[in-house]
Amino acid sequence: MNELVFFINNVVVAGSVTGSIYAIGAVGVTLVFSIMRFAHFAHADMMTFGASMVLLLTLAFPGAGSAVGLPTAVVMLPLAIVLTAALAVGIDHAFYKPLRAHGVKPIVMVIASLGVALMLQGVIRLFAGTGGRNLYIAERKEIYRIDLPFETVTRPVVVTEPQVILFVLTIAAVVGLHLFLSRSRLGKAMRAMSDNPDLAQASGINTHTIVAVTWVIAGGLAAIAGTLLSLDVTFKPDLSFFLLLPIFAAAIVGGVGHPFGAIAGGFVVGFAETLAVFNWTVLLRPLQQHFPEWLELPRSLAFVGTEYKIVVPFFILVAILVWRPTGLFKGKVIT
Amino acid sequence: MTDTTRSQPPVRRFPRREVLLFAALLVAVLGVYAVMGVAYSTRMLVEAACYAILALGLTIQWGYAGQFNAGVMGFVALGGFSAMFFSVPVNDAFWDSELPGELGLALLYLLGAALVVYGATKLDRLGVPKRLRTVIAVALAVVLYLMVISVLRGVTDEIESRAGFIGGLGLPAWTGWIVGGMLAGGIGYFIGHICLGLRSDYLAIATLGIAEIIKAFLKNSDWLTRGTATVSPLPWPTPGAGDLGFVVSRSLYLSVTAVMIAAIFFLLHRAYHAPWGRMIRAIRDNEVSAAAMGKDINRRRLEIFVLGCILMGIGGAALTSFNGIFDPQGFLPLNHTFLVLVMVILGGPGNNLGTIFGAVAVYLIWIMSEPLALLLMHLAVSFGEGVFGWEAPSHLESRALQARVFVIGLLITLVLRFAPKGMLPEKVKHHG
Amino acid sequence: MPLLEAREVHCGYGAMNILHGVDMAIEADEIGVIVGPNGAGKSTMLKAVFGLLTVSQGEIRLRGEPIHNLAPNRLVQKGMGFIPQEHNVFPSLTVQENLEMGAYLKPENVKRMLTQVYELFPPLQDKRHQPAGELSGGQRQMVAMGRALMAEPSLLLLDEPTAGLSPLYMNEIFERVKTINAAGVGILMVEQNAKQALAIADKGFVLAAGQNRFTDTGAALLADPEVARSFLGG
Repeated sequence: MNELVFFINNVVVAGSVTGSIYAIGAVGVTLVFSIMRFAHFAHADMMTFGASMVLLLTLAFPGAGSAVGLPTAVVMLPLAIVLTAALAVGIDHAFYKPLRAHGVKPIVMVIASLGVALMLQGVIRLFAGTGGRNLYIAERKEIYRIDLPFETVTRPVVVTEPQVILFVLTIAAVVGLHLFLSRSRLGKAMRAMSDNPDLAQASGINTHTIVAVTWVIAGGLAAIAGTLLSLDVTFKPDLSFFLLLPIFAAAIVGGVGHPFGAIAGGFVVGFAETLAVFNWTVLLRPLQQHFPEWLELPRSLAFVGTEYKIVVPFFILVAILVWRPTGLFKGKVIT
Repeated sequence: MTDTTRSQPPVRRFPRREVLLFAALLVAVLGVYAVMGVAYSTRMLVEAACYAILALGLTIQWGYAGQFNAGVMGFVALGGFSAMFFSVPVNDAFWDSELPGELGLALLYLLGAALVVYGATKLDRLGVPKRLRTVIAVALAVVLYLMVISVLRGVTDEIESRAGFIGGLGLPAWTGWIVGGMLAGGIGYFIGHICLGLRSDYLAIATLGIAEIIKAFLKNSDWLTRGTATVSPLPWPTPGAGDLGFVVSRSLYLSVTAVMIAAIFFLLHRAYHAPWGRMIRAIRDNEVSAAAMGKDINRRRLEIFVLGCILMGIGGAALTSFNGIFDPQGFLPLNHTFLVLVMVILGGPGNNLGTIFGAVAVYLIWIMSEPLALLLMHLAVSFGEGVFGWEAPSHLESRALQARVFVIGLLITLVLRFAPKGMLPEKVKHHG
Repeated sequence: MPLLEAREVHCGYGAMNILHGVDMAIEADEIGVIVGPNGAGKSTMLKAVFGLLTVSQGEIRLRGEPIHNLAPNRLVQKGMGFIPQEHNVFPSLTVQENLEMGAYLKPENVKRMLTQVYELFPPLQDKRHQPAGELSGGQRQMVAMGRALMAEPSLLLLDEPTAGLSPLYMNEIFERVKTINAAGVGILMVEQNAKQALAIADKGFVLAAGQNRFTDTGAALLADPEVARSFLGG
């Protein structure tokens, strides 16, 4: 039964972690898309920016966490959220707003966001260096080993502290977002603007406010996702390269402009990735004796090697675009 | 587009802007020659010429048709791979063993599996319910894929351990350039076919993805490309530096690329002013009315996109051959995608002359900015140490280079905002 | 002082002018109807009043205060409501959320006005938790009108409210317009169904080629043989 534990550790836990990160990122992308109607290519770099802020803050106050019993990086997260949200609003003001005012095509906004992505990469590397950094500076990463109550299981299920925090924050973010969008006046106005920007304006909704709120939410969520990913593994300035495509894939799978679809899409992509690189031989080996003799299990039976992980979101993306371009949950703005 | 402007030939004016800009560029190039030496500067020019081919590919996609290809790097890498594969000498250690047969067999399995799966998707014609057909096809695809991939892994591991990699074909480099263009065009067809009917953003996302995949494949397929071990030297289509010395051999290479640019330029010019080009512009400027006139929009768009990808493949092949080394990790999205993008939007999207100007000018700035950035950084650090008593941060060099990333990004956004038509705007009369 | 007064309004899309000096005036409790052939600039006039297009010359006043080229959300604050011809609901929002958006600038109004709107349009009450996109065309038009009423406007602009509706719903909508007007809301609407619209109009404006052709009371225009011949189909 140790194989099952292996499966839980490598697929269930790992998939939930990746899925949560993608989900939080994809929500931001999809919100920006539904309000401003363009694919925001700098989103993954905003995530990295949030994480780099946490890194710098943690370096500045390495002992702050022990006071509350949490990792310092998590204590610094709220500040990083504020900073990243401010950055997002500032970027919009400096770069996207003038273009919007000119009424450019969405694809020009896409290119502008690529320019912003490069600028962010430059800034991040300038201040946080080019190498990988551990966000645990003065503390050690807690690792929880949970033994399963079965005779045949000797290995524990392993969950780390940042993973637990990630799950808690993901649930909080999803619930919070749901309440915001369905209950609050601003959240409803945001949905209204996503539905019909002209009518929203005609109803007296200040569209500039909605745009700013969208950036605050997108930036804040980006900081959360980026930081928790960096806590779980390490902080790397080129994180965005591995995040951008899966996040877009998740947003499109969920139906663009559909926040809860994006969350589901994030988990679809996250689990697809982990399942694709999982070595199925481990699960099949106990069944080896039931197989005919000529069928020998190869050493490794994964769909793709970990080095080809990036292929998975791409194929999900292509499949969705070919068969169901509106996404699994019927996005509304697609053409 | 009204008929009044088309019926009378446009008044020829003296192209003062063009002459001024190119004169300034010439002065800058001569300046580089004076400071950095002839061999260095000629190398820079050859590279700029290869980038100009890439930029022409992007300018027809973006400038003519409004398609944004965010994965130029992938098409460059494909071209580079093809140039390497065709021109590198034959690896006897591979061909003299039984490995080619095994590899061929594995590829045959792959083909057979693909056919079986394809057949399974047609089972509904035999009366199998559609849902069952889908289940059968997916299950077959998964099982067969796993079987073929494990066979293939066995063969490729064997190749890597016994022969290093499969080597090249030992053909002239230009054959690789042509095939590289075709490969890039084929991938472009695949992507374009899926995305061109949808929102323009999706094309950008998909090209970004395919570029990363091409790179991942080339980097990790050691049996095919030696992966991170890199392949060098790559033969040139012209006599190498060993025979003629750096300056003459590079000049020869430069003339080859110049002839290519001239040919591409001429063909594009003809096509642009032919009915085909008018149709393309009509589609870009007003998709709805072009469709109402019965134009097959998606077909024309696909043609444009594939053509652009072919040029990128050829340009990438020429660039890789010139560099003399095939290093899959050397294909950087930054250089090969964003730099080319800046060249195009700065030069004037849709204006071929402007694109060539943009390519040479931006490449010049890019190359020269490295020593400049370092110099500035050192100045700043010594200033900081002197005045504020700062300690210099580590990895100064690598950090200074990040300034270039920042500048490229800033340049893109600034040009989009203040000069969206570039230095040499496309000369088209817009109405309404 | 008229509720709405427009003088010599020139306006259009970009460089292309569509209105070449249009005059208009309605009092606080009146229904004004704009009719005219296709391309006469009827909807353009409405959009100019609501600040969706830039007025290049002339002026528009609301209760004497110049309002041309103010942003729509400012005009909503000043008591103007606008119902576009198409895309006039938020399809993924529920009926009630649509109505709430109408009172976005006056959140304290929501409860009271919801009751009033549901009284005016009883079918909406049953469907209040359904997404507006799932409703029929006539019901959507009710949602659109209800949304505009939520802000308690003093002037309501309607762009072809009966376009594409069945005759049954058409009468219903005209009735509702009369009811709303009776409650003291000034109405300015563009209509294709000129006869029916002029029948309820206090003021009628016949536009042609971006200029006023006839301006009179609705009844007088209906009775005018020349108007009937040229614009009402005999």
